[in-house]
Amino acid sequence: MSSLMLLSKVMIVQIKCFQEIITIGYRVYHSYDLPWFRTLSWYFLICVNYFFYGETLADYFGALVQREEPLQFLARYHRFISFALYLAGFCMFVLSLVKKHYRLQFYMVCISQVTLSSYSSAPALTVTPIHCLFIVPISIVICNDIMAYLFGFFFGRTPLIKLSPKKTWEGFIGGFFSTVVLSFLMAYLLSQFQYFVCPVGFNSETNGFTVECEPSDIFVMQEYTLPTAVQNTLRWETVNLYPFQIHSIFLSSFASLIGPFGGFFASGFKRAFKIKDFASTIPGHGGIMDRFDCQYLMATFTHVYIASFIRGPNPSKVLQQLLLLQPEQQLSIFHTLHFHLREKGMLPSSAE
Amino acid sequence: MTELRKRGEGGGGGDIDSTDNISDKEADADDRLGLQGDAEGECDDSKAATPDVPLSTADADHTPQCLNKALEGLPPRWKNYWIRWVLSIAMISGFVPIIYMGPVTLILVVMIVQIKCFQEIITIGYRVYHSYDLPWFRTLSWYFLICVNYFFYGETLADYFGALVQREEPLQFLARYHRFISFALYLAGFCMFVLSLVKKHYRLQFYMFAWTHVTLLIVVTQSHLVIQNLFEGMIWFIVPISIVICNDIMAYLFGFFFGRTPLIKLSPKKTWEGFIGGFFSTVVLSFLMAYLLSQFQYFVCPVGFNSETNGFTVECEPSDIFVMQEYTLPTAVQNTLRWETVNLYPFQIHSIFLSSFASLIGPFGGFFASGFKRAFKIKDFASTIPGHGGIMDRFDCQYLMATFTHVYIASFIRGPNPSKVLQQLLLLQPEQQLSIFHTLHFHLREKGMLPSSAE
Repeated sequence: MSSLMLLSKVMIVQIKCFQEIITIGYRVYHSYDLPWFRTLSWYFLICVNYFFYGETLADYFGALVQREEPLQFLARYHRFISFALYLAGFCMFVLSLVKKHYRLQFYMVCISQVTLSSYSSAPALTVTPIHCLFIVPISIVICNDIMAYLFGFFFGRTPLIKLSPKKTWEGFIGGFFSTVVLSFLMAYLLSQFQYFVCPVGFNSETNGFTVECEPSDIFVMQEYTLPTAVQNTLRWETVNLYPFQIHSIFLSSFASLIGPFGGFFASGFKRAFKIKDFASTIPGHGGIMDRFDCQYLMATFTHVYIASFIRGPNPSKVLQQLLLLQPEQQLSIFHTLHFHLREKGMLPSSAE
Repeated sequence: MTELRKRGEGGGGGDIDSTDNISDKEADADDRLGLQGDAEGECDDSKAATPDVPLSTADADHTPQCLNKALEGLPPRWKNYWIRWVLSIAMISGFVPIIYMGPVTLILVVMIVQIKCFQEIITIGYRVYHSYDLPWFRTLSWYFLICVNYFFYGETLADYFGALVQREEPLQFLARYHRFISFALYLAGFCMFVLSLVKKHYRLQFYMFAWTHVTLLIVVTQSHLVIQNLFEGMIWFIVPISIVICNDIMAYLFGFFFGRTPLIKLSPKKTWEGFIGGFFSTVVLSFLMAYLLSQFQYFVCPVGFNSETNGFTVECEPSDIFVMQEYTLPTAVQNTLRWETVNLYPFQIHSIFLSSFASLIGPFGGFFASGFKRAFKIKDFASTIPGHGGIMDRFDCQYLMATFTHVYIASFIRGPNPSKVLQQLLLLQPEQQLSIFHTLHFHLREKGMLPSSAE
């Protein structure tokens, strides 16, 4: 059940961040009493979440969805239903425009829409069935934060950027190298456990979640030949690594080099609207948004990275689409697939 | 005002007092700055001091000299009406030859309209915030426009130019890692924005950043949906646009002749009679137009790219919805009309849904734009088209319609794209492919597409 807990934690964080940003908007524009506005903001939040989580959950609970009639309907016309819900909110916004408050209302709806598009899509897209791909990016960002802080504390001298006077180049570079090394090690540790590495599947018999599988290639130890220069230095010829560790180098580099821009963006935002912290939910740290500002950029990057370099298409989704095609198209795909599998030796040449 | 603030702070969970460092006066002052210059709706007075800002384009009169001369004798109100009508007819008749010039021209026209709308909205932002001289900002807005366009065009075109892409090495690389490349380009813009933040202008820069992004979301995303609709078949491009134009004109005529009860405070010229009359007449007219257009392959076939001739082709076996079918009328109607069945194209039934949406929900797009213009005290988005305003003024309802049409097609009409499905299939692991193969085999045998004993 921990998958569901993860999902709900992510959702709670996202809701809290949304609330913090909207509250700042209210304070900046003194618009707390705009008619309908609070209702509309929460309505849009629910709509957008319904859209993004609906797509994700429909995959997880594939078998369950097939059984229940109403769920099947919701899944099949999901996009249309989400769009209709969003449109209803849009019409309500237009009807709620009040003569003296047009500009404020447009500002507020603008803030809520931008917040929703950037901050709601990121979490939903990263809640992946593979725990490793969820835990590692978050830990990398936290690690970078802590390492950069420590290096800055002990060796910090040259300021990094005017926006954040406390950041230093020493912290930045020290944080980069230590994060890459530490995440390399963490990737090694986590890759060994099925719990982290296997996609969470919903077992329709037991009606529970299972995490058992044949680990995919990136989590299987492989032997790499070191380049000759390194060979002479270390006197090793080959080294055994998980491919995932190599991916972790790219993830941690991004988190250390580009991730901080998310933090600078948030700092600039706070200075622009003259606030010290997004809220003071966490004593000593500020609001949830303060802790998660870098995470969002990382979450989006991880999603794009996985989609581009790691994850293949989802087989049940492909089958679903296949069964929706016209019979002639299915037949032509069938023949192409047959030819392809025969070439690969998966099918004996003379079998059916 | 103090009451409001106190309540707001209390409602924020009681945690705001300690961190409330907002200098409210400054917050107000910034807003007042934005509002002051627009008191009259035209920014000319305050603009005198900043010669670089383009003159409020909403005032410039672009009416051609010939029209001016022809209408010299008329009082200004009539002159305005005539100019409006002449331009309406000019635009509609300009639309027709563009359709005949084919898909490529249409795509180019959509792109030009999109760029012009983007420019109009961004220019308004500059005027509202007097931010024309912000460092880097013009460059960054155009950069983001190019990034987002690159992303969307890449996604759309990679499918349609599949054969061409397979042949060229660099194109293959761009296509395979398209999302990552687009994301990297966007990130570069994001980092440049952060680096361009200048001490005194933080708030303005964030406003303009938000303004640009919202504009991109509204204008650019939807123009790409229009293009995707176009590839589905030109009829999916022509019919929605014509429905919206038809509804505009019909609602105007009904309002002109029978208008009495105002519809909504935002747009005082709209009336309930116009709204309802427009609804019924649009449904009927689009029903007929759907009948007319469904007969031509040119409109009905999906646009395909022919890799031999390196051109677009519109030839195919029309899909089921464009094939005349016989429908049995419900008994009530049968008794009235004394017909038992009626021959219709299924597309005509779809057109009823499209036109209902355009008449009932579409106008909210127009109200949104009206509210926006009032909020920022501008009369028109620009004055590119004499008598009508800017391009955005003509297209404000079209965007909502385009999105609806796209979602409608994706949900109820279009099946998945077979070449895309095959592509994904070939990317799977061999074991997964084998299991799908067996399922497909079973399925096809059941349907009788494959003889039971053949391979």
